[in-house]
Amino acid sequence: MKLTEMSAWELGQKIAGGELKATEALDACMEQIGVREDEIHAYITLDAERAYENAEAVQKRIDAGESLGPLAGVPMAVKDNMCTEGMLTTCASRILGNFVPAYSATAVEKLKEAGAVIIGKTNMDEFAMGSTTETSYFGITRNPRNTEHVPGGSSGGSAAAVAAEECIYALGSDTGGSIRQPAGYCGVVGIKPTYGTVSRYGLVAYGSSLDQIGPLTKDVRDAAAVLEAISGYDEKDSTSLDRKDLHFTEALREDVKDLRIGIPSDYFGEGLDEEVGEAVRKAAEELKAAGAKVEECRLDLVKYAIPTYYTIADAEASSNLERFDGIKYGYRTEEYTDLHDMYKKTRSEGFGAEVKRRIMLGSFVLSSGYYDAYYLKALKVKALIKKAFDEAFSKYDILLGPVAPTTAPRLGESLSDPMKMYLGDIYTVSANLAGIPGISLPCGADKEGLPIGLQLLGDCFREDVLIRAAYTYEKIRK
Amino acid sequence: MSREYETVIGLEVHVELATKTKIFCGCSTQFGGEVNSHTCPVCTGMPGSLPVLNKQVVEYAIAVGLATNCEITRHGKFDRKNYFYPDNPQNYQISQLYLPICRNGYVEIETEAGGSKKVGIHEIHMEEDAGKLIHDEWAEVSLVDYNRSGVPLIEIVSEPDMRSAEEVIAYLEKLRMFIRYLGASDCKLQEGSMRADVNLSVRPVGAAEFGTRTEMKNLNSFTSITHAIASERERQIDILESGGSVVQETRRFDDNKGESYAMRSKEDAQDYRYFPDPDLIPVEVSEEWIEEIKSRQPEFRPAKMARYKEEYGIPDYDIGIITDSKAMADIFEEATKLSGQPKKVSNWLMVETLRLLKEQNMDPEDIRFSAKHLADLIGLTEKRVINSSVAKEVFEKMFEDDTDPVAYVEEHGLKQESDAGALKAICEQVIAENPKSVEDYKAGKEKAIGFLVGQTMKLAKGKADPGTVNSLLKELLG
Repeated sequence: MKLTEMSAWELGQKIAGGELKATEALDACMEQIGVREDEIHAYITLDAERAYENAEAVQKRIDAGESLGPLAGVPMAVKDNMCTEGMLTTCASRILGNFVPAYSATAVEKLKEAGAVIIGKTNMDEFAMGSTTETSYFGITRNPRNTEHVPGGSSGGSAAAVAAEECIYALGSDTGGSIRQPAGYCGVVGIKPTYGTVSRYGLVAYGSSLDQIGPLTKDVRDAAAVLEAISGYDEKDSTSLDRKDLHFTEALREDVKDLRIGIPSDYFGEGLDEEVGEAVRKAAEELKAAGAKVEECRLDLVKYAIPTYYTIADAEASSNLERFDGIKYGYRTEEYTDLHDMYKKTRSEGFGAEVKRRIMLGSFVLSSGYYDAYYLKALKVKALIKKAFDEAFSKYDILLGPVAPTTAPRLGESLSDPMKMYLGDIYTVSANLAGIPGISLPCGADKEGLPIGLQLLGDCFREDVLIRAAYTYEKIRK
Repeated sequence: MSREYETVIGLEVHVELATKTKIFCGCSTQFGGEVNSHTCPVCTGMPGSLPVLNKQVVEYAIAVGLATNCEITRHGKFDRKNYFYPDNPQNYQISQLYLPICRNGYVEIETEAGGSKKVGIHEIHMEEDAGKLIHDEWAEVSLVDYNRSGVPLIEIVSEPDMRSAEEVIAYLEKLRMFIRYLGASDCKLQEGSMRADVNLSVRPVGAAEFGTRTEMKNLNSFTSITHAIASERERQIDILESGGSVVQETRRFDDNKGESYAMRSKEDAQDYRYFPDPDLIPVEVSEEWIEEIKSRQPEFRPAKMARYKEEYGIPDYDIGIITDSKAMADIFEEATKLSGQPKKVSNWLMVETLRLLKEQNMDPEDIRFSAKHLADLIGLTEKRVINSSVAKEVFEKMFEDDTDPVAYVEEHGLKQESDAGALKAICEQVIAENPKSVEDYKAGKEKAIGFLVGQTMKLAKGKADPGTVNSLLKELLG
């Protein structure tokens, strides 16, 4: 087995056991990057020099007998919307094209503590706004499973880097499905944890009340291990939660006996690709055969999820992105007559079309006279959606469905029709609105060989149940 | 003027709170630091940074709310006020619009007629201060200093209940007293730690409707507030009398010219697109917390004045001065408790302390000597260990650096010459050396004894008690 084919867990064991040096693991990833990166373009920034420095430093810690956990020495990648001290953090935008943060995101810090070796920063949709990684200022990323197709988004670079074995695992962020959907499109595992589980400090905000950082990995065990490493209360993030149940790797058990799984019929309606539907239903059957109680259920309000999501996310984004003004950091236009001219030109030139569209939408729904009709109403619907999930989780431990209506679209297809792209988020956005955790994992492929993603949603704080079911299913498939 | 007009005034008062750290980060609030030295990712609006509320700010705001008879909001929120300006690093200010911390209070003021009236408090809300722009006209650039960015403010919004400049000043003095007594701010208008914007309109006496109001800014002293009110009242009446109508606008008062000019009209008013800040959790205020703050509220000035009159029997004038500052009142009470000499304590504060404060341009809050040392000093004079001129000298030293008077007197040998024999010898010497004066005295020139007393004091190096010397000399001269 090639080193890059290994999971983080396996590689970490070899490094911890002295069988393999951290630098050798990095060599293997660098070799793979040499082979595939030109075509895939998963990274915005590759920092081999720093990566080797880190690998050597981690190796020293390991040699000194420091106990660093299962991820020590394993090469990984970080989505380019998380601050990394001394390393470019662009959010795939021209406006932050030259931005080097003076500090690291808490999640990144935690991984560094655990001995992670950061290879670089992965491509994404600009400011995480998009579902295909085609809105990046730095060019598209291709799906490693079929390079005519998109890797999904917005964490497309992270999903593609893992799928192409250009790193062993990666961090992504999920505001409306941005971890789960690209994981589904690229055939890897992704978790969006319960809101507040992973600190958002250092994550460049898109929709603050919806954003969560999470892992993109090759298998469920890695996902649990990475999530365990990055989660935890952070006093620098007021919305972070003080949870005591963060030992996610303890949930890695093959056992779905008596697990109550609901299949919302609303997730199998119009627009769902037939092959995707079949694969997902088959996964449900397999879990049933393994002892789970599976039944159809209803989850109304799904049809309201998309407008609610885009109202709230864009409103927050319109304000969150105000700080990018050419004054303090990032891009500033060349010539301007006065302050307002500078603002206008900088932001017109610095942001891409999709970002500007969302800033305008968000500014509109917050503007005086429209606030009640749009933003406030969206907040009310958000509360209703949460209530609907609460009711569902009083009956079921897990809700099972597809990650996305289709497999990865062809490059260029989605950009021409933003409404269609927005509707592609239908199965993922509700989890962010309700703050609940979700996991996405492969459950087959379509005729063209493109991966199909299975999504499991759980109640708040029940990542353990999701991990157990996903782990069990993954074993069944193998 | 054909009609009588009534002035209607409401105030918006900003107060900088005396917390050690900023409202949403751990940076120091201290004045005078090197440019941009009290900054961090949060207060400079770095991508990915998040605000965390300083609890002390809420405590001060609640304490001021309780002092001004407000209802305290149990479930409060922070909102973002969106506007672009370089001194505002996020391009939104975190403030409170929808659920301010305090509402519906009042402050009771004394009117000129000798009665009292209530000035309503509409609300008190918490918010962050902005940075400071520094314009370099020679280099044609503007720079920003973010040291003040994120310094906590409360804004106290009154109802339009005031009818004259006198009432405005009375209201401000009362507010300032409460806030200073609470230690929540030093409330210095000149230095900007208290800023008052005056909303003013006029209407014919007896009219039911308010006139159109203007808002005046840049008022840096009670005098300029008084002048601004007079000039704005006149300006509005002139407009109305000449058949015009007042334009709702913000005006800037120029203290030197004694007049105001328009800054922006209502038509230019921005849409701030307020919405709840998703980065901050709601401010939950429990009954217990309110009770705890209530139990710590100091005795405010009116109650203190009444009690002093009752308990200490010192003149009303002294009471007024001493209770004007809580620092002074605290010293008075403590020193009185220790010495049992309210009049002596009051005397030291009223005469020497005020003289030195004025001389050195200090506020009572800057007093360095402890109440204990003042009590000790009074003890020394009471026991006639030192005479009053030595006491003044010791006090000056104490005022300088809180020197222990007992130790100081001991070390410098300042004790009065109480050895009767030694003093008698000195007196005899003086009598022998000044036959002319002795002759004069004996000839009935009572005043001549003064010279002899002075000579004796001089030889005794000031350590003799003049009274004792006087009687001793008389005795010797028969």
